Amino acid sequence: MKSMLNIKDLRASIEGKEILKGINLEVREGEVHAIMGPNGSGKSTLASLVAGKNFADVTSGSITYLGKNLFDLNPEERSKAGIFLGFQYPIEIPGVTMVNFLKTAVNEHRKHKGLEPLSAKDFLKLLREKKDLVEIDSKLTSRSVNAGFSGGEKKKNEIFQMAMLEPKLAILDETDSGLDIDALKIVANGVNKLKRKDNATIIITHYQRLLDYIIPDFVHVLFDGRIVKSGGKELAFELEEKGYQWIKNQVNGN
Amino acid sequence: MQNEIVISDIEREFIDLYRENRNMFEAKASAQVNKVRKSGIRDFERLGIPGKKNEDYKYTPLQPLFRNGYRKYLEPKKVEFNLAHVFRCDIPTLDTHLVLIVNGFFDKKNGELLRELPSGIIIGSLAAASHEYPELFEKHYGKYASHQDGLVALNSAFAQDGFFLYVPKGTIYKKFIQIVNLLVAKEDIMVQHRNLIIVDDNAQAGVIICDHALTPHSFLTNSVTEIYTAENTFFDYVKVQNEHNNAVQFSHIFVNQEANSNMTSNILTLHGGVVRNNVNVLLNGEGAENNSYGLYLVDQEQHVDNYTFIDHARPNCISNQLYKGVLDDSATGAFNGRILVRKDSQKTHAYQANNNILLTDEAKINSKPQLEIYADDVKCSHGATVGQLDDEALFYMRSRGIPEKEARLIMMSAFTHEIISNIKTDPLRTRINELVEKRLRGELSACDNCAVKCY
Ligand SMILES: Nc1ncnc2c1ncn2[C@@H]1O[C@H](COP(=O)(O)OP(=O)(O)OP(=O)(O)O)[C@@H](O)[C@H]1O
Ligand SMILES: [Mg+2]
Repeated sequence: MKSMLNIKDLRASIEGKEILKGINLEVREGEVHAIMGPNGSGKSTLASLVAGKNFADVTSGSITYLGKNLFDLNPEERSKAGIFLGFQYPIEIPGVTMVNFLKTAVNEHRKHKGLEPLSAKDFLKLLREKKDLVEIDSKLTSRSVNAGFSGGEKKKNEIFQMAMLEPKLAILDETDSGLDIDALKIVANGVNKLKRKDNATIIITHYQRLLDYIIPDFVHVLFDGRIVKSGGKELAFELEEKGYQWIKNQVNGN
Repeated sequence: MQNEIVISDIEREFIDLYRENRNMFEAKASAQVNKVRKSGIRDFERLGIPGKKNEDYKYTPLQPLFRNGYRKYLEPKKVEFNLAHVFRCDIPTLDTHLVLIVNGFFDKKNGELLRELPSGIIIGSLAAASHEYPELFEKHYGKYASHQDGLVALNSAFAQDGFFLYVPKGTIYKKFIQIVNLLVAKEDIMVQHRNLIIVDDNAQAGVIICDHALTPHSFLTNSVTEIYTAENTFFDYVKVQNEHNNAVQFSHIFVNQEANSNMTSNILTLHGGVVRNNVNVLLNGEGAENNSYGLYLVDQEQHVDNYTFIDHARPNCISNQLYKGVLDDSATGAFNGRILVRKDSQKTHAYQANNNILLTDEAKINSKPQLEIYADDVKCSHGATVGQLDDEALFYMRSRGIPEKEARLIMMSAFTHEIISNIKTDPLRTRINELVEKRLRGELSACDNCAVKCY
């Protein structure tokens, strides 16, 4: 299978403190990867770097996406190339309506593909279709982006945006936290429905429960800026059972 | 001890110009206008142009702005411009009645000096109206504009023309009255028009004022507008300033609101070299409500200074102020919002907010609230913010494929929306929204006025 994302020896620091200490990760088309790891281990930092957030100093290493050096692309170019980040903490943008935001985003993606902008009618049709897919409250799209959304609504909204943009590589950063069990199923369902042979998903999570619904091909444990263990889905169970202390002990060799 | 105010050359020049032309002014104008004129020159001689020590003009030094040798037109000059352009570019679906003021004088090209509309509304030249309606002038002219500010006194001294609007009792006028102030000359000029608006009991009306400079010369405008809104009235005042970098504008608005009147002003500064807006509101009757909104979008070396003074002189009144600005490049700005709640003005609600976005490190804003509250049963609040565009929000939008430039625009539009959404008439709001978007995109030329796209 074709390689999609290839991260090699990625090191990054924030304000002089090294956060990522040599990450190696390869994701191929059709795969689902899960990244787990304790708080502060660098999961979101890694995800944000792939999406193009300019906040950490990359001191070495490379990220290749579909053969391209990702560092040559700005965030909007990465998005149009098919990368999607579901934010751990979605941003509120008061005064900018969801509809306007999505219409602009969708049409930018279309422009990139050489397509005409959607007519108002076709856009609304697409909106309705995807709303149904993620079972999001109809009223949310007429409100400002994430403004005053509940925690769960924000998370669902990320999946909704993902459905609208149909990315090749989706990185979902703790999209499952704060969701009730029904919402969790809807989110998982959304991810599964959007799954194709030629796209891939990276799920960052603390809980094995999401992985009951989205079966990962690989599970990685990120610990203190390094991927210290990789395995199949059974690794998630093991982690759930034994906790991170187990990993810590292994890393420290005792 | 030195109590005397030293008169500068510029002030001396005004005083001399006044003396030379006093007879001409007085011969043309009506008694009330001349009465106010006399006190105007007296007060100007005493006060002069507000100087460095004047707290109210702290951020806008005035004296240097006058040193340009502007010509002062004391009578209308014949100027060439194509009226057809003005009409062609009218706000398409907005039903308006249009009045033209050219270099401070009412322009007859677009109709007779005074016109009575079928609704009974009287609109036209201030000079003509002052002769035609002496009782109205005796009652209102010069009664609200305070000469505490030397610039206002100066305007009174030289006042000759401008527009006059009278909305009779009970008249509900759904159309907007549009007043276009054109500056057009082949040399640098100073204009001082004077306007009077009277909205009588139970009437409702709205005006949109568009300030526009047609030629690239330096202009200095020092205008005074008095607005009287009687009991139970609704009045909307929208002003769009779209001149150019060589234009200096001082605009003084004085509002007197009687009981249960509701007045909203929207001052939109889209383009100008130096702009100073003074909005003075006297809430002079119980149950009056005032909404003062402003939006300023400035870049390059432009400077905009908004001053508001809301005087809660009676109990049970409400005032809301919201001024918002986006400052780019090395633009500078100031907001000074004064609220006075007098001793017996119980149950006052007075709110004020001033929010600013600075797009560069060089752009500057000075925001100063001034609350003087002498009553005890009041609800007052004020707040000022100065910030940048939210980086997190920008990244969020970009991560969805929206280019940075577009993302910034979307955020700026969102920021300005709060002001524009207060314009109640839909076609006007849409048109102004378009103008603001164009301005934010940097595509608004000096020739795109609110309604006028000439040349
Ligand atoms: N902007 C920042 N400034 C300073 N430190 C930061 C910044 N962003 C992240 N860090 C630090 O980097 C480390 C990794 O943070 P990151 O958010 O990547 O962790 P995480 O694995 O996603 O944790 P969690 O499970 O709590 O979401 C933390 O110690 C965090 O405090
Ligand atoms: Mg995280």
